[in-house]
Amino acid sequence: MSKLPLIVVLSISLPVFAAELPADPLNSPAWSTIAGRYFKGQPVVFDARVKVTAPASAEDPLDVPVQISAEGLADVEEMLVVADLNPIQKILSYEPLHAAPSLAFRFKVEQSTPIRAAARTRDGVWHLGGVWLSAAGGGCTTPSYGSADPVWQTRLNEVRGRLWPADGHGTQRLRLRVIHPMDTGLANGIPAFYIDRIVLSDAKGLTLARLNTFEPISENPVLSFDLNGSGAVRVVGGDIQGNQFSAEIAP
Amino acid sequence: MSRWRWLAALAAAVASTLASAAGFDYQLQPRKVADGVYALIGKTENFSRDNGGNIVNTGFIIGRDGVIVIDSGPSKAYGEQQRAAIARVTDKPIVQLLLTHAHPDHVFGNQAYPGIPIASLPATAVTLTQSGDALLGNLYRLVGDAMRDTEVRLPNAVAADGAFSIAGRKLRLMAARGHTDGDLMVFDEASRTLFAGDLVFFERTPTTPNADLPHWLSTLDSLDSLDFAVLVPGHGPVLHDHAGIAQTRDYLRWLRDGLQGAARRGLDMPEVLQLPVPERFQQLAVLKTEYERSVTHLYPAYELDTLPTIPRSKPK
Repeated sequence: MSKLPLIVVLSISLPVFAAELPADPLNSPAWSTIAGRYFKGQPVVFDARVKVTAPASAEDPLDVPVQISAEGLADVEEMLVVADLNPIQKILSYEPLHAAPSLAFRFKVEQSTPIRAAARTRDGVWHLGGVWLSAAGGGCTTPSYGSADPVWQTRLNEVRGRLWPADGHGTQRLRLRVIHPMDTGLANGIPAFYIDRIVLSDAKGLTLARLNTFEPISENPVLSFDLNGSGAVRVVGGDIQGNQFSAEIAP
Repeated sequence: MSRWRWLAALAAAVASTLASAAGFDYQLQPRKVADGVYALIGKTENFSRDNGGNIVNTGFIIGRDGVIVIDSGPSKAYGEQQRAAIARVTDKPIVQLLLTHAHPDHVFGNQAYPGIPIASLPATAVTLTQSGDALLGNLYRLVGDAMRDTEVRLPNAVAADGAFSIAGRKLRLMAARGHTDGDLMVFDEASRTLFAGDLVFFERTPTTPNADLPHWLSTLDSLDSLDFAVLVPGHGPVLHDHAGIAQTRDYLRWLRDGLQGAARRGLDMPEVLQLPVPERFQQLAVLKTEYERSVTHLYPAYELDTLPTIPRSKPK
């Protein structure tokens, strides 16, 4: 048998980083860049329990609906969402402290791209899932509607929201909509201006979840959270220019 | 291979090269639906390179003194081939083009009708003025080479609701809305043929990028009392009864109630995309794609209705 030595030679001749990095099931041209930027030196596995739900094709590149979920994965400490081929790849990071590891949001897409969710469990392992999204594009470099319409200035950070009582899974759903232009900084002459943090806490002041959002999140963000426990939720957030908002949402 | 066969193959290759240089061949076949009334029936598909954008029904009515054309199709080549197809049926001149609404599969053959009055509802002209180039660009992306040399040509006349006599033919123009904010229907009194535009789909899932469901549904209700013999829907086979109206209404009502119900249950859009579509709609062409598009178009308004504004409080 002469095959075995050949395999051994091939294996040891591969670069070290390739041996550490699992092959990307989405076959993305940017996978090694993404891995180096967000998961360098950390263990990464592709895991079917981490799900990304999105339409196959972006009907509106300014407003692509996405849901991430790591149900079935215990002890998720942080979730990260990136779009490999967007000019700004990082969409959000989420700490579901007392919440289900799931979140729905909408984002702006510049061209067809993988959308990945990564869930870091307590043991430090990143579990990755994702889908390809087909898009005509232009979402990130299009000016926000708000940038052409001064009405938003009087309504900036206006919050709409509602709590739906606990379902069979024992979590209550919080849905939020915040008025904000969420400018990416990539449209000519319009500087970046976006909400970068939202913290949810319960009536006793216990922090339920922390969300950091970035430029790709859609204008006037709409978000859905699944929170442990029941009762009123306090929402506190802010943008990169120091504007803050807060709201009490009762069941 | 014999020398003759080889020559024949060469001739065929040359002919096919010439044909492709001449552009996409839509193979339009006018179908007589009533006396002097013809429809050009497109595929019940989505836009693709293979169909050249011919997913639409257009038509024409032959009057005493000339021809009235209803919609010009998705491209310059379609418009030119539509004219040629009409000329194979009649040698009367084309005297009027009527546009049912501003969607790209209905209006981008306008270039083939220079010097001919092109009439639409005012809202259609506004949409094409504001968004024509974007709609056209998107169609180039979806359809490709069949769009070659196609440019936006705006309507140059206004269609008004009511009786419209032209070329010795009595028409009734019916201004409505719902599929878009300007939907023109054309009723031919002599043959009782209704060109319903995209207010009626049949065996093809309705599209909703600019839809207003309450208006659309009330427009469909108003058609119940119309005594027509033939109905040419914007998409799908020609009808002689109310089945297309009923099917479009059934789907739109289900869509409205389903989206409203989902919003009230607190679902987000990706969850709504996963909801099952009833069995009775499964035979509609391009159901999954159009349902996904409709959720994107329509859900934001329904969900916003369920989210009250929270009074501002001072951040701690």
